[in-house]
Amino acid sequence: MKRITLPLTDDIIEDLRAGESVLLSGEILTGRDCAHKRICEFLDRKEPLPFSLAGETIYYAGPCPAPAGKACGSCGPTTSARMDSFAPRLLGLGLKGMIGKGERSEEVCAAIRKEHAVYFAAIGGAGALYGNAITNSELVAFPDLLSEAVYRFTVKDFPCIVAIDCKGGNIYIK
Amino acid sequence: MRTIFSKQIEDAVYALAERACLRLTPSCRVALTQAAEEESGAAKFALETVLANADTAAREKMAVCQDTGYAVVLAEIGQDVHIEGEPLSEAVDEGVRRAYADCCFRKSICDPLTRVNTADNTPASLHTEIVPGDKVRLCFLPKGFGSENMSRLYMLTPAMGRAGIVDAIVETVRLAGSKPCPPVVCGVGIGGTFDTCAHLAKKALTRELGSHHPREDVASIEQEALEKINALGIGAQGFGGKVTALGVLCEVLPTHIAGLPVAVNIQCHCMRCEKAEI
Repeated sequence: MKRITLPLTDDIIEDLRAGESVLLSGEILTGRDCAHKRICEFLDRKEPLPFSLAGETIYYAGPCPAPAGKACGSCGPTTSARMDSFAPRLLGLGLKGMIGKGERSEEVCAAIRKEHAVYFAAIGGAGALYGNAITNSELVAFPDLLSEAVYRFTVKDFPCIVAIDCKGGNIYIK
Repeated sequence: MRTIFSKQIEDAVYALAERACLRLTPSCRVALTQAAEEESGAAKFALETVLANADTAAREKMAVCQDTGYAVVLAEIGQDVHIEGEPLSEAVDEGVRRAYADCCFRKSICDPLTRVNTADNTPASLHTEIVPGDKVRLCFLPKGFGSENMSRLYMLTPAMGRAGIVDAIVETVRLAGSKPCPPVVCGVGIGGTFDTCAHLAKKALTRELGSHHPREDVASIEQEALEKINALGIGAQGFGGKVTALGVLCEVLPTHIAGLPVAVNIQCHCMRCEKAEI
């Protein structure tokens, strides 16, 4: 299995092909429904975001609270399709990677090609395994959103499948 | 008349919530193991990851899935039972509140418009049924919403009949595609009214995977729908494969001469359901 150290570079993205399994290590941001909505509200108001998305990889996830002695609780991916209406805008700001589960819209697939980005599928329902692979967690923004806030995770050997690559390869299209 | 204290119900709900969120049902685990043996490639990788995850969850006492769900509680209350203490709904909510706080489960319930989280995973979705006897039977189903979102309700015409029912089940799974964490389980309500049909679909999900409806005509719908779903090729996580559903569980209720309601409640492969009797 290919090991990838984040942040993603253009060279790393160029080499990824839909269908291959990878282990991700490094830093990722979390963000799901409410965080995406709020990010886009900042953009609508032309206000600076409280954090930069340039070069980042975002994980569509809302964790369980951390039990004693752990950085994070159970934390698998949520359904990516709900972020489809926001994702092209975030990719336009330099977001390079997305981790979630399930197929994406045509618009997102086109934006992945245009912005030279990548979409990884994490395995839905494997929350304990992913939570255990998170070695550090820091709150970045929107604490009132609780589990939907934006966190910065440090992850080690996060198992994913390259689902949609920058060349248009797509594991969901048979 | 038998007296049951509300605290007994609260404690039972607490224990069920804790157990349910930490493990797959044994029949789901068996079905996933069989599916992993049948598949190859990315789908096999997904199923093996899910099985390894169940071991991690048990060992580390972590929720199997971070979506510890809407707390669905189905309660059968014997008509010879008198509940003393707090109102039933408060006892159930307190059991949920304590379990989700103590066990580090995610609080996922919010106002539908403001989206402000209630912060304690209440209220539970409590359904009561008065039954003969002097026992209280509780069933706890932490229902994740990735799959709930993909559920559908059809008001078919009587003429659409059995074929229409099978088509509705298969179409629901086809439209859901990779989104609800396949391989899925379909809880199907057939008949009743708009509302009781949907409830029946949820109730069907409390049946054991691998069980068949005692009515032969209903069991044959379960079988045919399952075969057609598995011919769709969606596979585990939508990665393609032979196993798109682990089971189809149908329940029936008499309906009106003018209608044929069919509700399909999708359950992801992370099937969690625990029961207790007081």
